[in-house]
Amino acid sequence: MKLTVWTYEGPPHVGAMRVATAMKGLHYVLHAPQGDTYADLLFTMIERRNHRPPVTYTTFQDRDLGSDTASLFKTACQDAYARFKPEAMIVGASCTAELIQDDPGGLAEALGLPIPVIALELPSYQRKENFGTDETFFQLVRHLAQPMERTERKSVNILGPTALGFRHRDDVTEVTALVNDLGLDVNVVAPLGATPSDLTRLGAAHANVVLYPEHAETAARHLEKTCGQPWTKTVPIGVGATRDFVRELSRICGVETTSDETRLRLPWWSASVDSTYLTGKRVFLFGDATHVAAMARVARDEIGFEVAGLGCYNREYARPIRKLAQEYGVEALVSDDYLEVEQAIAAAAPEMILGTQMERHIGKRLGIPCAVISAPVHVQDYPARYSPVAGWEGANVLFDTLVHPLVMGLEEHLLTMFREDFEFSDAAGPSHHGGAHKAEAGGQPPDPRSTSGKMKDEELHWAGAAEKELRKIPFFVRGKAKRNTEIYAAERGVSEITVETLYEAKAHYAR
Amino acid sequence: MNDHGPISGGTCRDTPVLRERGQREVFCGLTGIIWLHRKMQDAFFLVVGSRTCAHLLQSAAGVMIFAEPRFGTAILEESDLAGLADANEELDREVARLLSRRPDIRQLFLVGSCPSEVIKLDLDKAAERLSAAHAPHVRVLSYSGSGIETTFTQGEDACLASMVPVLPQTDARELLLVGALPDVVEDQALQLLADLGIGPARVLPARRRDEAPAIGPNTQYALLQPFLGETAAALDRRGANRISAPFPFGEEGTTAWLAAIAAEFGVDAKTFEAVTSAPRARARKAVAAAAATLSDKSVFFFPDSQLEIPLARFLTRECGMQAIEIGAPFIHSDLAAPDLDLIPEGPVISEGQDVDLQLDRARAARPDLTICGLGLANPLEAEGLTTKWAIELVFSPVHFYEQAGDLAALFARPLRRRASLKVEAAE
Ligand code: SF4
Repeated sequence: MKLTVWTYEGPPHVGAMRVATAMKGLHYVLHAPQGDTYADLLFTMIERRNHRPPVTYTTFQDRDLGSDTASLFKTACQDAYARFKPEAMIVGASCTAELIQDDPGGLAEALGLPIPVIALELPSYQRKENFGTDETFFQLVRHLAQPMERTERKSVNILGPTALGFRHRDDVTEVTALVNDLGLDVNVVAPLGATPSDLTRLGAAHANVVLYPEHAETAARHLEKTCGQPWTKTVPIGVGATRDFVRELSRICGVETTSDETRLRLPWWSASVDSTYLTGKRVFLFGDATHVAAMARVARDEIGFEVAGLGCYNREYARPIRKLAQEYGVEALVSDDYLEVEQAIAAAAPEMILGTQMERHIGKRLGIPCAVISAPVHVQDYPARYSPVAGWEGANVLFDTLVHPLVMGLEEHLLTMFREDFEFSDAAGPSHHGGAHKAEAGGQPPDPRSTSGKMKDEELHWAGAAEKELRKIPFFVRGKAKRNTEIYAAERGVSEITVETLYEAKAHYAR
Repeated sequence: MNDHGPISGGTCRDTPVLRERGQREVFCGLTGIIWLHRKMQDAFFLVVGSRTCAHLLQSAAGVMIFAEPRFGTAILEESDLAGLADANEELDREVARLLSRRPDIRQLFLVGSCPSEVIKLDLDKAAERLSAAHAPHVRVLSYSGSGIETTFTQGEDACLASMVPVLPQTDARELLLVGALPDVVEDQALQLLADLGIGPARVLPARRRDEAPAIGPNTQYALLQPFLGETAAALDRRGANRISAPFPFGEEGTTAWLAAIAAEFGVDAKTFEAVTSAPRARARKAVAAAAATLSDKSVFFFPDSQLEIPLARFLTRECGMQAIEIGAPFIHSDLAAPDLDLIPEGPVISEGQDVDLQLDRARAARPDLTICGLGLANPLEAEGLTTKWAIELVFSPVHFYEQAGDLAALFARPLRRRASLKVEAAE
């Protein structure tokens, strides 16, 4: 028994739903009580899908237990087949149905439906959502794909994108462009957008691109064994990784390495002088292993941040993440306990977090800016615009994503100059966020007004030279500079402000 | 706008109920924890369940309340399923740890789930044991919010019902209001009653354990929500007397509800008029603003919270809408009768659900407004139907006079929005 408040992953049958909902012509009959239908809203509300997930829940009740939950399941299968006419069906149990042991696979098989019916064994009390996606996709591939003649032109499958993924929709477009640049065709993209009959054509490709290993690695290993298809180990997220990916794919497909990088802007954006202020900013990364590993490289090698800590919630990838952390000289945090993650972040005291929706909230509480880089994410992280994180455009998007939460360079200098100004301070957050980002508790500098309530205008006088000097300060902070200087002067009983007072004040408020 | 006289001709009370038993698309009773834990400020809700239960709570709660909430899930693991003795020990340990970390907690609810029910983990017994261990500082109660026994708002019902047997005894003739409303609305209700000279009125659930109401054979109680059948039965067993009335939604519902209580407590007509006339006028005016949008539009309710019948009464009688189907997950006939009495016959009244069949009916009827759960709303919008997600009706202040206009506006907004958007979907 483990006390949990918020979870990074749902149960494994939600993973199966992510595969089923991504596909077309597949239906999932899930033996489950009514409350489990909440999972529909993940897709219809959070991801804004305009169709119900293709899932029939048996919604058995107390009174059905022990009497006829099995026949309920059979009826549900028959009705679902008659109504939705799927090309194939997957059947399985949720956590409750697992306990009543009705054997959905056996029951469905006995119905003799004229389509492939694939039984899923997803142990709810041991495994989680990402196991569910990987296992479901693997079972579908195992049942439907076969060795076959290769396509005439060289082609690859893109494996791994699912429903409810982080930017999967747009990553597929980017990676398709990378594949096409190499003169290769895309044979099948799956699960996203594929039908069961598309899966029967998987064997025709020359190789597989594994875009998200947590959802497709088992299937890729299976295809390697049965269909002799090599698969890519590099996830093309970030400039360096995308270049590595292009090289790896061209090598395994035996084609020349070429890619059209004209759209790539990250390297120059990073090299341009305005980005100098990003140097050495300490970031903490947490999320799924794929995105954390890719983003760590982007953060350190392509933006110039310092990695202050990293970790993942999917234990299946604990080993590679530990190894990666070693390379970065930090200790890996492998945990799905968000309180533990919060503690680790608080202890590392980074200047920015790259994480999931959980870390967004942790950041809010700790007053640390956060960019979201991994599932699980909330509705605002399913943007309407094209916004991949893979490939060349993905790298551009990442530059923006990783920089946006931070205070801009020039602004930072001014903050340093007058850092305890009540309106224009670190605590007020970056000015381009409209003050939306504020620490929820603690950490705010005292409001200067409250420490100098007795200050009166007539007691203070600006010397001519000081006034002139003041006008040299950019207009958008001049008012604040003036006020800070006056507060400084008033607190010290200075009645005439000279140039010296102005710079003393500056020195006083500087870091 | 409408005259609220009795209906000549048949009412929905006489309509035979369409009972369906197919796939249901509704939350389970665990969901009530989302608002109950805000209402009871010294209570913690510990679900004994699976990862699914934790994920449901998280998904239903969204991110609105991300601060460390006063609820959590003790997730059963493989090892707990092997032997029951283990599960109890583990539970004791988790509870002890939780209570030592949260000394502000004075009442703990162990909430049963489908898995805990199926493996027959006896949470009543566990609650007794833990109560003894942590008394007097913490009282531990248990109820089931499982999806095999409870639908959505029935979780609140089960929770309140679990509190009734431990309420102190009194012989005082007092009014008890039953149901967890937002504090601001509860305060309004208490003020109205005080102005009528009825009081002090008590509320179940109290905001803190120390403020728990005492009850007894002279307690007169009025329900604030239509889904509190089990709680009503538990109060009846303690000898309390229920004041039957329509539910206090809209001007008419609020007036009828107050009038029933006023009659029980012998408030004279003049006082009643003096206290209610101004807020009644305000409520009518506020409702009229939204009713302009709603009038003569048709409405179809998918089952969700059991609020469907009183809300259909409000929409048909105060906002001029026509109900096509009023679906409720469960109809407690005694509690629903006063509202059903006020709805002219015509709509289908359905109980339970077979979601695909019901979707077929909704598509055929093409209602102007469909009230449904979160899983159905966007798919129906994509089919060109205008929808209102039902869960908002449970999460927002909608009871009594001052919220009548807000309640009507919740239904009017989707219609106004659809009319105002000038973009067609791509493709
Ligand atoms: S329906 Fe049962 S298993 Fe599902 S979330 Fe509700 S209590 Fe948990």
